This record gives sequence, structure tokens and C-alpha cells, in this order.
Amino acid sequence: MLGVGALTNTSLTTWLHGLPGVDQVGADARAAGLGTRSVKTTSKAWAVDTAIAMIDLTTLEGADTEGKVRSLCAKATTPDPGDPATPHVAAVCVYNDLVPVAVDALKGGNIHVAAVTTAFPSGRASMAVKLTDTRDALRAGADEIDMVIDRGAFLSGRYLQVFNEIAAIKEVCAEGSANGSPARLKVILETGELVTYDNVRRAAWLAMLAGASFIKTSTGKISPAATLPVTMIMLEAVRDWRDLTGTQIGVKAAGGIRTTKDAMKYLVVVNEIAGDDWLDPAWFRFGASGLLNDLLLQRQKLASGHYSGADYVTID
Amino acid sequence: MAKFEYAPAPESRAVVNIRPSYGLFIGGEFVQSTDGSTFKTISPSSEEVLAEVTEAGEADVNRAVLAARKAFDGPWGRLSGAERGKYLFRIARLLQERAREFAVLESLDNGKPIKESRDVDIPLAAAHFFYHAGWADKLEHAGLSAGTGQPPRPLGVVGQVIPWNFPLLMLSWKIAPALATGNTVVLKPAETTPLTALLFAEVCQQADLPAGVVNIVTGAGETGRRLVEHPRVDKVAFTGSTEVGKAIARSIAGTRKRATLELGGKAANIVFDDAAIDQAVEGIVNGIFFNQGHVCCAGSRLLVQENVAQDVIMRLKRRLQTLRVGDPLDKNTDVGAINSAAQLARIRELTEVAESEGATRWSAPCVLPDRGFWFAPTVFTGVSPAHRIAQEEVFGPVLSVLTFRTPAEAVAKANNTPYGLSAGIWTEKGSRILWMADHLRAGVVWANTFNRFDPTSPFGGYKESGYGREGGRHGLEAYVTTGATR
Repeated sequence: MLGVGALTNTSLTTWLHGLPGVDQVGADARAAGLGTRSVKTTSKAWAVDTAIAMIDLTTLEGADTEGKVRSLCAKATTPDPGDPATPHVAAVCVYNDLVPVAVDALKGGNIHVAAVTTAFPSGRASMAVKLTDTRDALRAGADEIDMVIDRGAFLSGRYLQVFNEIAAIKEVCAEGSANGSPARLKVILETGELVTYDNVRRAAWLAMLAGASFIKTSTGKISPAATLPVTMIMLEAVRDWRDLTGTQIGVKAAGGIRTTKDAMKYLVVVNEIAGDDWLDPAWFRFGASGLLNDLLLQRQKLASGHYSGADYVTID
Repeated sequence: MAKFEYAPAPESRAVVNIRPSYGLFIGGEFVQSTDGSTFKTISPSSEEVLAEVTEAGEADVNRAVLAARKAFDGPWGRLSGAERGKYLFRIARLLQERAREFAVLESLDNGKPIKESRDVDIPLAAAHFFYHAGWADKLEHAGLSAGTGQPPRPLGVVGQVIPWNFPLLMLSWKIAPALATGNTVVLKPAETTPLTALLFAEVCQQADLPAGVVNIVTGAGETGRRLVEHPRVDKVAFTGSTEVGKAIARSIAGTRKRATLELGGKAANIVFDDAAIDQAVEGIVNGIFFNQGHVCCAGSRLLVQENVAQDVIMRLKRRLQTLRVGDPLDKNTDVGAINSAAQLARIRELTEVAESEGATRWSAPCVLPDRGFWFAPTVFTGVSPAHRIAQEEVFGPVLSVLTFRTPAEAVAKANNTPYGLSAGIWTEKGSRILWMADHLRAGVVWANTFNRFDPTSPFGGYKESGYGREGGRHGLEAYVTTGATR
């Protein structure tokens, strides 16, 4: 891809810095413009169901317990007990040690189990620890790995180090999860720490070059987490990557997306920037927890014509 | 079939009450014509008749000018700047309060998408009144008296003729500075888009503006000619075609009348190989497809550096396929209707010539409504500067793509036009922006953006794009004298 005999930090830098820049004012304006699309009636119903099916239902707290994860898994399978036609979410996303609980709670269904690894959320650990962390999650049955990049290395220009780390984790993922099939690798860029849109674009391309199956905005532990313009820039990256290589890569917007209205805006951006092919849980995800209940409330409203209330959707 | 179809999301028409017929707004009230006739104004998106409007005759125009004269010699002329400012603030606030009504009416009468009338035209119109309201009591500090030391004084009665592309916005560009500086106005809106000007007349009544300060006479070219040539008009302000602008300049030559003319354009939007490409593509789209390309400063000539031309054109075409053409009142519509059958015919003629001259035509695939005046967003590649499509103003959603190799060639090609209203530069290199801006002969040069308007920023052209500036401190100059009393 890079057209070089030996991959060096210099060649990688030259290549990444050769990508077209992103004009922040223009990018913000474009995202805001797409945010004014009006999604109503039948299209809203479709979008609400699609958004539910794209959720990586997430709990990533120090206070997480087996009980909390089990109830989250129940919610993932049956988001609205009052309406069996409600789609289930795409995946449940937990810390490494709770993967076995989630795997057990979700067995027999087709909801993925995603584990955050590589010393999530900071990524400040040795490579050996990151590899072990990932292997651990896979052994426990996770079939999706959400890794973090080393933002320190990225910001100090050590792109090759970031590349090598992603490639090494990718190799571990390719070895497969407990059920034998290769795990999909989501690479978290933590765009809130990369700050500039030029950095977001470069990090996105770097992750794709190194073998990411998904590029993901944020850990949810840093503010800002996902934003509409950042997600748009990442969608432009996967769109351009497919034009260049023929390979489709997914995007996950994580953190800070709490309302149906927000989710609609993201789906509009997916639709108009990357296109139809990405409007699928296999290629676009929301990393969220609270969002699901707002979507369920809107879904009930669309079906019944009136709003119910927070007591009419389950907590988790 | 696309997965994610946006269901129709029409803005309600119920907020607007369109009367079956309208008189003329003269001396603070709606009056019947004495010697005029009537014509119908239609909605270009459906050809539905919206209302019957008066075509003002010679006596009507005379009456309007005399009403404006009387107001100037009477109560309005004696008001302090601070008091004038209060009226302008009041009008600005009323425009904001009634913004939805104005937006819907504008989209109905003009054909532009509601998102543009709602997010651009009406807010900017209100902003122009707010901005000029602030100047009304500060004119002596606007630096207008250089050389004479005399305080700026109003000229008297201003005859203003405005186009159909931004009806209310052009009205505000004209009326706000005229009133802020203490003049009185007779304004003629375009014949295809008179309704928001007539609604504005209601706002003047609501604001208790003294009778005769603003007069609105509707009609076509003949009414405009009578207004411009009226001997008691002290100043003419015109926005429209270069052809009509030249006729106006001829007709007032040798008179004491002053004029500002804001005329046509054939702007170059120049994209360098180091530009932020996705934003540049947005800028190209915004430059030529905003308001159906009915924009005098539209970026109708894309000059793209040859080494990135293929990529830019690929991205542009992909982007154009997501443009939503249709019902102007639908909140998701990006491109609305062509304003009139005559304009549509002009666009068709020029695009047919372009094809016959050898340019390659590409139009975005879109289903156009059966009724009304529609033209799909269109791009011509393989255009050479000698083609008519590269020289003449189309005033429609039609982009000509030309290429260049060096900055000097880009400047030469950009300047190779009788017009000089605006230009756009897309590059990440700041020094190049400054160098280009120095060498482009255009009144407005945008860098890494396009079609951005602000009341604080003077707007106007070089060469055959007209003379005088509108907006900003410079725009005030056209409405005051600092010489000896006449």
C-alpha cells in the first residue's frame, strides 16, 4: 500500500502527512448542515430500529459486577419486553474480566461480545501486557476487540510504533476467539486527545493501514468523545479507503451520543458521506448505554402516538 | 431503492396569509393604482398562481416618489440618528419574530429551498437591519467626511430596483443603509418575486415607520425604468443584470443622480492541489448550487489544478448525487426550482450551446417534478475559456470546469472575464491565499469558503460587475453626501 520496500517511521510519516488536510471550519459547517436534516415518520421508524441494532451496549465502570453485566445482556437481547419486534443490539461491550459472564449470558444468540483491551482506556502499558490482555479476552470468548492506540506515541510522531502495535494486536485477533473465527478489531483513536481534524484523518488512515476492521472514535472516558464532525471525517476515511483498496472498514462512534435526535444525525452522516453500504450493524456502531432507552421511548411513541416515560423502559 | 429514504418533511404553508390581490404601498398605506395594470405572481415550483399584483404606471411611480419626497422634507428628515435607529431596530426584531412567515413566503414565491430562506435569507435580512440600526447615530464617526470636514447628510429620495434571487435580503441590503443614513426610499421588487417586499410593507406599518419613508411599487422593467428616470429621485441603487445596469448608467448620465450598481458575475472558484479536498468539494457545491446558482457572485467557473482535477471531479460528482432537488418547502430539499420559465429557457439555451461547442455535460441523476421550472445540477467538463459557458453568466445550477497548472495561470484565467464580482481560493498555504487575493480582480475574495455574507463586510464588483459597495462602513458612503449643500 505504501509502496516502500521497508516500512520506516519516515516513510509512514511522509505518507500520512501527504493526505489532504481537513479544514476545520468547513468540516464543522458540513456536519452541522447534515445535522439539520429532518427525519420523520416512516424514515424515523426505520432509523430508530437501525440505530438500536447498531448499538454496542456498554458498561465500563470500576463498579461493574457479574449482576450488572447479566442484566445488561438481558437488555441487549430483549430491549423492550413489551414489544418483541424490537431488534436486539449488535454487541455487549465490557472489560476483559467480565467477558465470560457476558458470553454465558448471551450464548445461543447472535449478539457479539466486545472486550476493551490493551490497557484500556489509557493504553499506558507494555506491549507484552497489551498482547496478554487481548489474548485473555479472546480466550474468554470475546469475538470483538476494542483496542486503544498509544496517543502519546502518535502525538510525538512515532507512527511506526502505533502501526506495529495495531498490527500485533491484529495478529492476535486473527488467531481467533474461543470459537475459532477471527475476532474483529476495533481501533480506538481517542479523538478527544488527538484534537485536530488533521490528526483524526491521519490516525484513521494509520489504523486502516495497520489492519483495523473498525475505527472507533473514543473510549468514552475523555471529553469530548464522539462528535458529528469527527465521525464524518472517519467516515470519509473509510469511504476513501474502500475506493483505494476495495476493502470496507467499519466506523464506531462511541461516547456522548445519548438521544434519538443525535443518533438520527449520525445516521444521516453515514448515509450521505459513506453511503448505503455502511448503514448496517456490520459497518456502523454506536458505543452507548443511555442512548438505547431514548431510542426505545421514541419507538414506543411512534407506535402508540404518545410518549410514555422513563418508567416504561427498563433501566438495564 | 436507498435504505434510508427521508420521508417528506414539508414546512407548513399555514403560517402565511397571502391576499388574493395587492395594491401599491405608497405613503404608508396600500393603495390602488391610478394608471397601472395587474399581473400574476406564481410559485415557480408548481406554477400555481399565488396572487395578483399591481403593475405600477407612470402616475403611480410619481405618487410614490412624491410621498418619499414629502417624508424626507417632513418628519423623517428631522429625526435624529438615534430615533431613526430605533425604527431600524424595531424592523429588525419584527423580521425575526415573523421569520417563519417570511421564509415560507420567500420559498413559495421564489422557489428556493426553505432551509435557505430559513437559515440564510431571513436571518441575514434581519442582521442587515440590526447592523445599520447601530450606524444611524454614529455616522459622524464613520470616517465618511474625509476631505470636507462636513458631517454626512442624506441624499434625499432613493430609487431602488432589486432582483429576484434574494428578494427580501436584497431589499434589506438596499433599505437598511438608506434609512440609517436618513434617506427615504421607493423600491421596486422584481416582477417574479414581489410578495416578501409587500409583506415587508406590513412590517413597516407594524413598526409605525412614518408614512412615505418606505414605498414599494411593484411591476416589471418599465416600472423600474420610470422609477430610475424620475427627475425627483436623487440616487439610484440597482442590483441585477449587467445589461440593465448599463441602460441605467446611460439613462442617468448627465444628471445629478448618483448610482450604485451591483451587476453580474462569472466567478472563479480556484482549487489548488494542496486544498483540504473534502471541504473544497463542499465549497464548489455551495458556490454554484446554493440558491440554484441564482447568485450574482456564484462560483460558476471551477478552476482546478490539473494534477488533482480527476479526483476533484470524481468527488464532486459523487457529492452531487446526494443533492436533493424538489419541493422548496420540504426541509430536506437542497436545490429548489428555477425562478421563472424565462430563466429556465436561458439556462437551457446556454447549456445546449456548451454541448454544441464541445464541452462534456454531466447532470446529477434526479427525478424532477412534472410541474414547475426545474433544472438538474449540471457540470461541464472539458470547458475552454473560449466557450460561451465559460464567459457568460448562466445564473443557474451549471458549473464549468477548467484546469490550470500554476498560480499565475490560475490568476490569468480567473481574471479573463468582463466581470469581477467574486472569487474563491482553496489552498492550505496562507501565503498563496494572500498573493492570489492581491492579483485577483474581484470585489470579494473568499479563502477556503464561499458565498459567506455578513452585513459588516462590503460587497461589490470590479469592471462590469458594477460600482459602489454595499454593506459595512463602505456601504454607507453611497447614501450620504459630505459636500456643500445642494
